[in-house]
Amino acid sequence: MAAKVIVLTSGKGGVGKTTSAAAVAAGLALRGHRTVVIDFDVGLRNLDLIMGCERRVVFDFINVINGDAKLNQALIKDKRNDSLYVFPTSQTRDKDALKRDGVERVLEELRESFDYIVCDSPAGIEHGAITALYFADVAIIVTNPEVSSVRDSDRIIGILASKSRRAEHNLEPVAVHLLLTRYSPERVERGEMLAIEDVKEILSIPMLGVIPESESVLRASNTGTPVVFDGDSPAGQAYLDAVGRLLGEEREMRFLKPERRSFFRSLFGRA
Amino acid sequence: MRLLDFLFPERRNTALIARDRLKIVLAHERASRDAPDFLPALQKELLEVVGRYVELRDEMLRVNVARAGETSLLEINVELDGATIKPVGNGAAAAAKPKPVPVTVGPPDRGSPPPWVKPG
Repeated sequence: MAAKVIVLTSGKGGVGKTTSAAAVAAGLALRGHRTVVIDFDVGLRNLDLIMGCERRVVFDFINVINGDAKLNQALIKDKRNDSLYVFPTSQTRDKDALKRDGVERVLEELRESFDYIVCDSPAGIEHGAITALYFADVAIIVTNPEVSSVRDSDRIIGILASKSRRAEHNLEPVAVHLLLTRYSPERVERGEMLAIEDVKEILSIPMLGVIPESESVLRASNTGTPVVFDGDSPAGQAYLDAVGRLLGEEREMRFLKPERRSFFRSLFGRA
Repeated sequence: MRLLDFLFPERRNTALIARDRLKIVLAHERASRDAPDFLPALQKELLEVVGRYVELRDEMLRVNVARAGETSLLEINVELDGATIKPVGNGAAAAAKPKPVPVTVGPPDRGSPPPWVKPG
């Protein structure tokens, strides 16, 4: 199988790109695929914290691009899953250090040993974000059901269609998927939040998954655990469903209805 | 608060884990972030001064700040290539007769803390 480059991008910040990149990468690894997740947010490294490997970072993406370190010196093997690797970014350099030909060289090298290369894009539409999406085969647009996020997602979808490598070389277009995060069925029911159908209609791209707003996401980030490793978490299960769809499986959308909690569950259960 | 969380508070307390992880990573990053501000200027001036006495190339002088807890240590490494130590022709250097100094300082190892920094 030819390796696939998957970018998680959004335009807007704070919508859950890094959480989703960690969850999707860990989910692919759980399915037995050799997966590396790369932090493209140069200067604002955070994937290492979300993946729980912040104390194991020695060399980074920029070191490898500049030839100061070898790829296998910079890759961090996940302690929970043998198929999962983290490629941290630099905390000190500025984002212009991310040279396109250097990135291409590193990605080509990664393609030889991995099935999936998951790229966690920085927010915005500047150099770092464009570099992250440029080499994508698949794009996952992380969107919140909220006006500014939907607008920025539309902008990014446009950029993927015009400025990606696939667009510039007239190749088959980047496969673009929508991942709706922080979805609250209760608020949708009360008419306070855009519904799935609204967002789908406005952006008109296929829906990869809907991740419910869940307390387990903060708990996961607190401990540096991708949320898919939390078996009790609705968000984790929704991410695993999304990974199944990414692999071409039919999965019914879950967690779309407000949860009616019984008295017993409200005493003993966890969100 | 839910009953189980009330009975077993540690079950819930991932915030404590988050706090500890952040303290460690930020202490490390602040230390390295604060340093580069004056280090390049210091390095340039030191090169000027040392260069008045000994022939020196840019990469032969390195400055670095190592920190462990309350202790900070300014580390200045001057690499003297034994074969090319020669006084630069000015009064100061000529007056002080250069004696061979047993300096065996390599480039700083950035991968591990210097030997005088106690681990942890």
